[in-house]
This record gives sequence, C-alpha cells and structure tokens, in this order.
Amino acid sequence: MSNESTDQGRRGFLGTATATAVGLAAIPGLSLVALARSPDLAVDNRSRWGLLIDTSKCLTECTACTTACASENGLVSHGRPATDAQWLRKVQLKDKATGRTLSLPVGCQHCEKPPCVDVCPTGASFRRADGIVLVDKHICIGCRYCMMACPYKARSFVHEETHNQKANAPRGKGTVEACTLCVPRLDAGRLPACVEACQQEGHQAMIFGDLQDPNSAIAKRLAAVPTHQLREALNLNTGVRYQGV
Amino acid sequence: MKNVRFTEMRETGQSYWLVQGLLAVVILLGLSSAYYMELNGHWVTGMNNQIVWGLPHVFAVFLIVTASGELNLASIASVFGKAPYKPLTRLAALVAIAHMAGGLMILVLDLGRPDRLIVALTHYNLKSIFTWNILLYNGFFVLATVYAWTMMERRLNGYAKVVGFGVFLWRVILTTCTGSIFGFLVARDAYNAAIMAPMFIILSFSYGTAIYLMTLETLSYWSGRRISDVLVTRLKNLLGIFIGAAFYFFLAYHLTGMYVAERQGVEYFLLASGNVYTWLFWVGQVLIGTIVPLALLYGSLGRSRVVVYLACLFVLIGGLSQMYVTIVGGQAYPLTIFPGYEVTSSFSDGQVGSYIPTIFEALLGISGFAVAAFLVILVSRVLPFVPATLVDSDVDECLATEATQSS
Repeated sequence: MSNESTDQGRRGFLGTATATAVGLAAIPGLSLVALARSPDLAVDNRSRWGLLIDTSKCLTECTACTTACASENGLVSHGRPATDAQWLRKVQLKDKATGRTLSLPVGCQHCEKPPCVDVCPTGASFRRADGIVLVDKHICIGCRYCMMACPYKARSFVHEETHNQKANAPRGKGTVEACTLCVPRLDAGRLPACVEACQQEGHQAMIFGDLQDPNSAIAKRLAAVPTHQLREALNLNTGVRYQGV
Repeated sequence: MKNVRFTEMRETGQSYWLVQGLLAVVILLGLSSAYYMELNGHWVTGMNNQIVWGLPHVFAVFLIVTASGELNLASIASVFGKAPYKPLTRLAALVAIAHMAGGLMILVLDLGRPDRLIVALTHYNLKSIFTWNILLYNGFFVLATVYAWTMMERRLNGYAKVVGFGVFLWRVILTTCTGSIFGFLVARDAYNAAIMAPMFIILSFSYGTAIYLMTLETLSYWSGRRISDVLVTRLKNLLGIFIGAAFYFFLAYHLTGMYVAERQGVEYFLLASGNVYTWLFWVGQVLIGTIVPLALLYGSLGRSRVVVYLACLFVLIGGLSQMYVTIVGGQAYPLTIFPGYEVTSSFSDGQVGSYIPTIFEALLGISGFAVAAFLVILVSRVLPFVPATLVDSDVDECLATEATQSS
C-alpha cells in the first residue's frame, strides 16, 4: 500500500471513529465505547478510568477476575508463589472485632498521585492522561524502587524468562509490571478482562467506567453510596474504589 | 605539618600480589554470581515480590553510607581546620571513592536490567530521590577526585579548602538523599520518617570513621609504617562519639514508633517478636555494634591499637546488622492495607515476608568490599596516598600550632 493510500485510509478511519464517538457519546452509560480510539490519537484527560468493587457481591470462592487477568496478560505460574507475578489477587478479610468476613480483588489502584511514578528514577513508571498507571518496558531498569513505594503491593517483578507472551501484554525478565486496566482492550472500546469475567459470572461486583462522566454507571454509583479508597489517609486519590469495606 | 611525607606503598613486596590475587578471586566470584542471577532471573535469589531488596542492597547501602562518612574525615581538616587530621585527608578521599565504587557495583549488578545502566544515566525523573542519588553519586566521584588532586598537587593546594567545603556540602546532601530513599516511602510502616535522613548522616560518620581507621591501620601495619598514637587516639574518641550519637538517633526513631499506635505493630515485629530481625537488632546492632565497641574504646584497654581495631570491626558487624534490619526487616513486615482485619491472599497479604539470602547474593555483596580493597591497595601502591611516617611529634606540632592560632 502506498503512503498516499495509507494516509487516506487513516483519515477515513479517523473520520468514522470521530463520527461514531460523537454519536455514541450522546448515549448515557456508553462513554467507554465512545472513547474507543485510534492508536494515532493521543490520550487526553477528558476521561479518568476507574473501577468500583462492590464487596457485597464479590464471592469468597470466586476467582473469575484473577483468572481472567492472568489469562489475558499471559501471567503463567511457575509454581513459586513468592516470585510469580500477580497483577490482581483475591484478598480475604476477617474483621478482628466482629468476625465479619469479606473478599475482594486488589491490584494497582491507579492513583492520581502514584508513589511508584514519583520514585521511578528513569520515568518508566508513568501515569497516562486518562489516569492509567503503566510501566514503560523499554526504560524500566528493574531497580524495584516502585515496589518499595507502592502502598498496595500491586506490582510484580518478572523473576524469570517469559515465554509465549501475549501480543497485548509484553513482559520482560528483570522489569516491573502491574495491572494496566487492560489498556489495549480499553483503547479498543472493550472492558478490562477482570470486569468482563465478573459480569459473565453474573456477579456484577465490578463496575468500570469514566469517573469524570457524571452519566457513567460508576460515577452514579459513587454519588449514591458510600465507598472508600484503600489507605485513604495517604490522599492518593485512587482510581479504584471499594464499597462495603 | 611540613615533615609529613607521602610515598607510594612499595614496602609490601610479594605479598601485594598475593593479596590482590585473592581479592581478584573474590571479585570474580561476585561477578560470576551476578551473571548467574541475571542469566536465570531473580528467582534464583532469596528475593521475591515482598522482599524486593535483599542482601546485595544491605552491602551496597552500607558501603555508600560508609564512603560518605570517610570523606567526612577529610572535611575535619579542610573545612573545620583541624590540622592534625590533614595527613589523613588524601587517603580518606581514596577510600571514599573506593567504597562508593564497590557499593555502586553491587547496586548496578543487582538491577533487573543492569544492561540498561545507560538508560539510568540518560533518563531522569527529577522528582525521584533515586535520580538525585544517581546524580550525587557521579558528582561524588568527580569531587572526591578533584579534592585528592588539590591535596596532592602542590600548585593546587590553595584550592583544597574551597573544594573541601564543596565536598563537605555534597556528601551531606548525598547522605540526606540516601536516607530519604527510605524516609520518603509512605507505603511501609518502618520507613516514612524524616529522621531517616539525619540518622543516615550520623551512621555515615560512625561507619566511615570505623572503616577508615581499619584501612589506615591495615595499610600501616602491612607496610611497616608508623601512624601516630595521638592521632589514632583522637580518631577512636571521635568514633566513640559517633557510635553514641547513632544510637541516640535509633532510640528516638524507635521510641517515636512505639508511642504511635499506627507503628506499634512494626516496632513489636522488629524489636520484640523474636525473629531474625529482633536478634540482629539486639545482638548485632546494639550489643556488638554499640555497647561492646563503646566499652572497648573508652575502657582501660582502649589505648591498645589492637583493641581499637577490634572495636572498629564490631562497628562494621553492627552496621551490616543495622542495614539488614532496616532494609530487609522493614520490608518483611506486611503492609497495613486493611487495618483492623485479618488478611490472607495468594500474594502473601498479611503475612511476614520470607527472605533467605542465597550464596550468590552474599558473594556479590562481599565482592563490593573486595573491589574497594583492591582499588585502595592498587592506587596507594602507585600514587603517594599513605604517609611514609606519622609520628606523635608531627601531630603535637600541629596541635601546638592550632592552639597558638586559636588563642
């Protein structure tokens, strides 16, 4: 294909994408799809992606979200739990005073002021304009200072050679990684794998969407019920919120 | 101190080659270990996703802090005008450079991607205290080298005081930033404390003086050179003050922690729960690293050079214990993400982190010391860093001059 026809194709795609986006943006609750974008378009801060976990609907024995996360991102267990990567894990809690138990998934909280980004010497840890905290695999030197700094133990270090990687989730021995909110899916207008899996199980314990869109399901729920951020006192303004903790 | 002459340390004869050969073997073992760890990935080490900094960091941070403290000895003469210390300054600059090099070698070889060192040197996130440290380490080498040069080149002697002052400021900032690597970490209960910065400075005084004294004594004994008893006595008294001051800082740090409900868990974990960190704190840091050396230095045996050397060795053991407790112990205590809850998960949430260092990490750490020793011995053989002789009368003469100037 010549350069000219490539450009025309790209322009055509951009035009269609923009028209579709404008059309879909008018439909409440579809802002995620509305912001499906071409890789050529820069991310901006008109959206801030967030996740709400309703712990009352999260079942102790269910691991659909963590399984989907591992499968989507090619996270293979080597039978060494201490060094195996886990971007999302199920945490079981028991209230010491009352004995009440609950279960919830914990991963990167996608902070507005992420300590991992602050401490990263090379700038490999960064926050996208739409609030997703990521690691640039090309300039991560594997110093693990971000893992020291993360208040949620959300990051994993790749302790061994990786094989059969997923094209959408490149990994590298000696670098640090964490939940990306399935950013390639997101950019294609799809939900993160964990959220989709939770929905498919019929639990509806995870609501994903744009925190800045008052019409999004997540923003409406946050406005209606009391929710919390983990380690709220740190004032990091996390993108992941919890209901019932 | 016009009489003090510096000469290349050639008296060591054949033993020079033997010692350097042995050190080279240790360095090779360390490098091979690093290669093995990098080739296989860090799963072959004791480190994991909870304890991300292990034994290599204990050695590396100890050496870096020590290097800064050694340069402090040079400042005593040039910045604070204490003339009797002047003959010690150029060697102080050399051992500081050597220990910094040893520490940084460990740090770089323990990276997940040491091959990307160039990335660390070309991509800077200036909000990161780590970045500041990278810049400060590089500047440390340059400044300490220029400092040694101004002392050794007669035509540049006039600049020694100015450069010395710059070096003093630089090393204070550097160790402030090294302490702040931990002080700035809000995530973990053991860190997140402003006292980390000044505490690391006082630790550098203590460790730097002890290791410097050991180096000076070893070199002078090996080469048959005499170093003044008066000077060693002054240095050992200074070391005693630094050991006491370091202990005071730890007292303040732990007492604050015990008072604050939020940190009582980690204090109990480190100081009273009977794990390896508790033992290293009480036996390693407090008994061997503080009480015993203070008793040796200020007791009736304190005039013996052998006893002073032993006291320094105990400070070294105490220092490594302290670093282990601070770095590994601080990570082993689980993060308090859900206060008031019992926490379990497949990712060790709520559990004390397990860390058993491997031989590879130990060899890499020890090789940092070997690199430093190799460099000091090599450079002092080819360049005049060590005083040919430093007798009491030289120091007395200086003291007399100092007294006249101050009266």
